Amino acid sequence: MEQKKRKTSIIEKKNEVIGSLKNFGTHIYDQLDRGTFPTISMPSRSTENINYDPALRQFVLGEKSVSRSARNIRHVKPFTQLSWAAMFSKELTSQRKTSTLRDVYYSAQAYEMTFTDQQESNNIITDLETLTGFAREDFNIFPEERSAIFGDLTIAYTVPGYEGKTLNLTSHPDGVLIGPALTSAEFVSTKADKVIAIEKGALFTRFIEENVHNKHNALLISTSGQAPRQTRSFIRRLHDELNLPVYIFTDGDPWGMHIAMVIISGSANAAHLRELNTPDAKWSGVWATDIVNYKLPTDPLDEEDIKRLYELQKDPRYKEDPLWEREIKTFLKIRRKAEQEAFSRYGLTYIVDEYLPTKLEETK
Amino acid sequence: MAQATFEEISASDFFYRNRDIAGFTNPSRAIFAAVRELVENSLDAAESLRIPPDVYVRLSFEGGVSKETQVYKLRVEDNGSGITPRHIPSAFGQVLYGSKYKLKQQRGTFGLGGKMAVLYGQIMTHQPAYIVSSTGASKIYSFRLMIDIQRNRPVIIDRKVLINKDQWHGTIVEFCLEGDYLRAMPKIIEYFKQTAMVNPYANLTFVDPKGRLYKFTRATTEMPEPPKETLPHPYGVDVELLQRLIQITPYKNMLEFLRHHFHRVGGITAQKFLVFSGLVIASCPEHGTLLPDQVNWVEGKPTCSRCGKGVKLGSSKKPKRLSHEEIVRLMQNLKKFKEFLPPDASCLSPLGEELLKAGIMKELKPEYLVVHQRKPSTYAGHPFIVEMGIAYGGEVPKRGNFIIYRFANRIPLLYDEASDVSFKVINSMNWRRYRVSPDMPVAIVVHICSTKVPYKTVGKEFIADRPEVKREVANALREVSRQLQHFLTRREHVDKERKRLGIFAKYLPKIAQFSKNLAEKERLPDIEKLLKSVQKYGAEET
Repeated sequence: MEQKKRKTSIIEKKNEVIGSLKNFGTHIYDQLDRGTFPTISMPSRSTENINYDPALRQFVLGEKSVSRSARNIRHVKPFTQLSWAAMFSKELTSQRKTSTLRDVYYSAQAYEMTFTDQQESNNIITDLETLTGFAREDFNIFPEERSAIFGDLTIAYTVPGYEGKTLNLTSHPDGVLIGPALTSAEFVSTKADKVIAIEKGALFTRFIEENVHNKHNALLISTSGQAPRQTRSFIRRLHDELNLPVYIFTDGDPWGMHIAMVIISGSANAAHLRELNTPDAKWSGVWATDIVNYKLPTDPLDEEDIKRLYELQKDPRYKEDPLWEREIKTFLKIRRKAEQEAFSRYGLTYIVDEYLPTKLEETK
Repeated sequence: MAQATFEEISASDFFYRNRDIAGFTNPSRAIFAAVRELVENSLDAAESLRIPPDVYVRLSFEGGVSKETQVYKLRVEDNGSGITPRHIPSAFGQVLYGSKYKLKQQRGTFGLGGKMAVLYGQIMTHQPAYIVSSTGASKIYSFRLMIDIQRNRPVIIDRKVLINKDQWHGTIVEFCLEGDYLRAMPKIIEYFKQTAMVNPYANLTFVDPKGRLYKFTRATTEMPEPPKETLPHPYGVDVELLQRLIQITPYKNMLEFLRHHFHRVGGITAQKFLVFSGLVIASCPEHGTLLPDQVNWVEGKPTCSRCGKGVKLGSSKKPKRLSHEEIVRLMQNLKKFKEFLPPDASCLSPLGEELLKAGIMKELKPEYLVVHQRKPSTYAGHPFIVEMGIAYGGEVPKRGNFIIYRFANRIPLLYDEASDVSFKVINSMNWRRYRVSPDMPVAIVVHICSTKVPYKTVGKEFIADRPEVKREVANALREVSRQLQHFLTRREHVDKERKRLGIFAKYLPKIAQFSKNLAEKERLPDIEKLLKSVQKYGAEET
């Protein structure tokens, strides 16, 4: 019963996306047909209009809006690009095909709509996201980078040719790519009671080898560094739809800390979008205090690291939980950092048998 | 101690020893100078008859001398006035003999160029020059002659008389000279091109030693007004000139002397000057003898500044009685007196805006051209006129620097550009104000004509920066630059409009197409109205 409801939610969302693109088109069409220059307005994405919303626990766009008019000689080209991007997205979505940002850049050339560079076409897609409130993944435009998932979760595909087919995500020992087919799949069933996101692919593989998914009854996700947006949105779905707590393991340095933060509170770049973050997710390690407590082998923090720590100290997202403040301070005090692999000094299984359970308990 | 020996040398001997000062510096300069001097004589000869010049120049290879120098035969033919037979030998065989020692605008001014070329040819190859000329009368005279350099006399080797059936008039000069044509070639070709530019009514033909033909065809048969001969202006005289005039004058008093021998000096001006300079004493019936500044001039009559009564003027000395000191003081006073009228420009023959335009159009083929002629002005008693043209785009090349064409009395100046007054004026101008920059395809043409062009050297390469000349050049340049600026601004505006329209015309139909697809409509929205509304801005110019 509940499953059926979810299934329609995926299809409903598709229809919503198509509907909003059509509305956008009609808006322009009607203005043109009336003999007026089409104009659109959308929230401004400039830095001063990005605010942190403590209730949503993510960045949001403020009241300021910008308008684009085809009357303005400087706007007419981006305006055309935007309507092209909308049309292209609508075709992708309704034909259930996927594309990438790079693909968008090249496809435009078929319409004599050359973008100057990749950045320009990326910006137009972000405009479209802002305008409609949907992420580009909803328009079937996916980034190139991909991460993987492994664990006892059965999904049912909705992509053409695979509709209704199910797959258990333990079926491949390397994990399953978190790509368009997976992110558009419905969740069927799971025995897992938590999600563990891991920064590094090597450790992800170690965890699978060491049977962490069984020992801790977890779904394992490799973020491969900074988690791609679709992975972040997928983690959010795992949390929301399956009520699974999320634990994040990263390297013990400012960059690893921030990888966890983006999964939890999202990024300023995606302030115009919702549900890409999982505010209840927990950063379980490697903390600066862990480096001290576990006497891990370390490297000194370099200048860039220190600079980054001071930046993070000012970031509103880091003021949510005293944990962050404490860890930043500890980093600045010890001036050392440690990688996840550092636990190997205590033997290959130490991290799985000793460290992980302790930390899961600690951040529960 | 050796005794110094004194000897007199003739004018041709002097130039034989000092040929550098006339431009015959080295084999490549020499061949250029020879061509140029003879072409200029030919142009002057045709213009004196007011007929459009036809000048034919041929340079043919005669044999090698060394790696750099070869012997060439130079032949120049024109359709000019020709020379009467009794003057032919001296005109070509006697240095500083000529028809150009008069105060009017002419190309040659020293009466030196043609002879110098012949002289140079002779000293290097020791061959006679061959001259054929006729004034259009029944006979044609041909001479073979050489110059006796030490005595500055022509030596006639051979003389022939032919019947002139066709009433041909003109002059043919042919002689051999040493030179380096390969190195001189670029300058010679440039010389012809530029000569064609300021003489758009002339046909110039040049056949070079390799047999290549360069033809510059006239674009018009209109010719500028010929200059009138003029008297010297009081500001421009020196003691020597005054002495010569005093020697030849038939007039018995200073008033008549001043009136008849000087440019723009009338009776009243002469009287004022004589009182001013103390050559005539004024006396008042009431106050006696007056100082020059106690005399007022009311409607041309001298009055006493104290009582206002008419003043009696004494008589002046006879010019021939003036002492040497008095002549020197006269010259100084002539320069000090402020009331002489400036020289008029009837003795000048500027090209005129139309002809200058035709010439530049013909040779540079620019996209845009503006020319401007300044009003006559003077420096040191010599009248001059500046004519200026500025050409933009078209076939004017981009060189990263303005291309400057300099002319004086319708002859191109090709050497020492950086020392020329025009170069200095052009380079010190604030071009940003005119929105013109040196990397644009811009050519600037400066023509200065004067009875005495202020050259710095006998070689006639560049013009000295006299403040009066500099000011006129700068003013002319500002005028044409202003107009070029208008043109550029207007064109930029039109370009911008066209580009703007292009952008709307390109993108609006696409927006229409995309929105039709997005909105799932059957027909395209009507964007004609929109396209029309953007068009009305730039529709007047296309």
